[in-house]
Amino acid sequence: MSSAPLLEVRGLNAWYGESHVLHGVDLDIHEGETITLLGRNGAGKTTTLRAIMGILRRREGVIRLRGQDILGLPLHKVAQSGLGYVPEERGIFASLNVSENLMLPPTVSEGGMSVDEIYQLFPNLHERRSSQGTKLSGGEQQMLAIARVLRTGARIILLDEPTEGLAPVIVQRIGDVLVALKKRGMTILLVEQNFRFAKKVADRFYLMEDGRMVNSFPGHELDARMDELHEVLGV
Amino acid sequence: MSTIFGVPTPALYGQILIGLINGSFYAMLSLGLAVIFGLLRVINFAHGAQYMLGAFAAYLLLSYLGIGYWLALILAPLIVGAIAVVIEKTMLSRLYGVDPLYGLLLTFGLALILEGAFRYWFGAAGKPYAPPEQLTGAINLGFMFMPIYRGWVVIASLVVCIGTWLLIEKTRLGAYLRAATENATLVQAFGVNVPLLLTLTYGLGAALAALAGVLAAPIYQVSPLMGSNLIIIVFAVVVVGGMGSILGAIVTGYMLGVLEGLTKVFYPEASSIVIFVIMAIVLLVRPAGLFGREE
Repeated sequence: MSSAPLLEVRGLNAWYGESHVLHGVDLDIHEGETITLLGRNGAGKTTTLRAIMGILRRREGVIRLRGQDILGLPLHKVAQSGLGYVPEERGIFASLNVSENLMLPPTVSEGGMSVDEIYQLFPNLHERRSSQGTKLSGGEQQMLAIARVLRTGARIILLDEPTEGLAPVIVQRIGDVLVALKKRGMTILLVEQNFRFAKKVADRFYLMEDGRMVNSFPGHELDARMDELHEVLGV
Repeated sequence: MSTIFGVPTPALYGQILIGLINGSFYAMLSLGLAVIFGLLRVINFAHGAQYMLGAFAAYLLLSYLGIGYWLALILAPLIVGAIAVVIEKTMLSRLYGVDPLYGLLLTFGLALILEGAFRYWFGAAGKPYAPPEQLTGAINLGFMFMPIYRGWVVIASLVVCIGTWLLIEKTRLGAYLRAATENATLVQAFGVNVPLLLTLTYGLGAALAALAGVLAAPIYQVSPLMGSNLIIIVFAVVVVGGMGSILGAIVTGYMLGVLEGLTKVFYPEASSIVIFVIMAIVLLVRPAGLFGREE
């Protein structure tokens, strides 16, 4: 891990209107790595993703992708530079069917999954490809939201709480998908409350509190740090 | 002479045809308004002025450059669309994200300026614009005589409406448009240049209005106020169809046009208010409009 990080965040501050919500966040992700942001509700995890992506526009600091500063880029250019965003609310479009939802994001680089591969990974989506996007179950919508960015050739996936509100069997299924993506060399930035789920895939954890990064440690140390985590996460 | 409910059939068919013609313009204009409102959330009060500009573009192309109807049918929408693109880039785009009232005020102001300027230059009286030679005359349909140009307008407007509907429902560009209507930020976060999409949509909406203006030039006279006379009815059509609903705008446009025509036959006194009465009823019973999604 001595090489330069694929995505490098330094001293990131962000504001919702007048309220200062991120305070100097630092973050590194290397090629092929999966990192997970942990923290209580309101700790700033989703905000960090939105600020990196550029959906939250009022920001200061440095966000570099392969050494290139992307903080000043318009939102669509950030996506074109290789960030694939899977929002917490999933963002499935009601006026598009499943197949149209899947095909919506433009290709940003070579090397994305083909539609056949995606349907192999998510057979349900193939069965329901002509259904209205929002008629899918919550789990299917989550899979569609993930599948959507796999086609585009994005190098880094920003994944916001993919297991929220889903049944254990679906959570298991999404875990398998993430493991498969990791094997393909995908770089993943995951926000997750369920750290037993995150443990299966995360190479490293970042711990957030009140809009600050308070700690970071390798994935295998998770069990040893349980007491500390329980205190910060309050679970 | 045969009659239906005491009305001579030729008069009935004649009014239905006039209703269809008016409906063609209601449909084309409300379609553009619906597309613009759906994506930009701007109530484009300049739509009537853009329709008028289309008709004037055809008139001026003919008077000063000798360019005839068929070429004007292509050039006028391009010219008006280009003007709309400049308006969107320099003014309208600054108003996204603030109260929609500002967009309404801006476009209303632009409409007043355009109509005032054209009245100053050309006077309030209408200018005649002859239909192209190929479309003059009338054909005998058996039950009535129909001027060929009017038949052409109905067919052309149907083609335009169906073409626009297909563009929005069946193409990739249309999928961007539909998705951005729901959540523009997310579509942009996928790498689609949404600001450009907004600009093009406004240009397309204005170009549709201009196309309707060229089609209208030989039927109604070309006059600075031809748009403002029509636009109020078109807004009623959009409200009845459902704000932002493409199919609603098209179907309601033809439907209300014909209904207005029928009212002229059976109860002429009510013909100028029937559309507004229907609007009031629809707003009471189904506030989202006949084809609108309840939010």
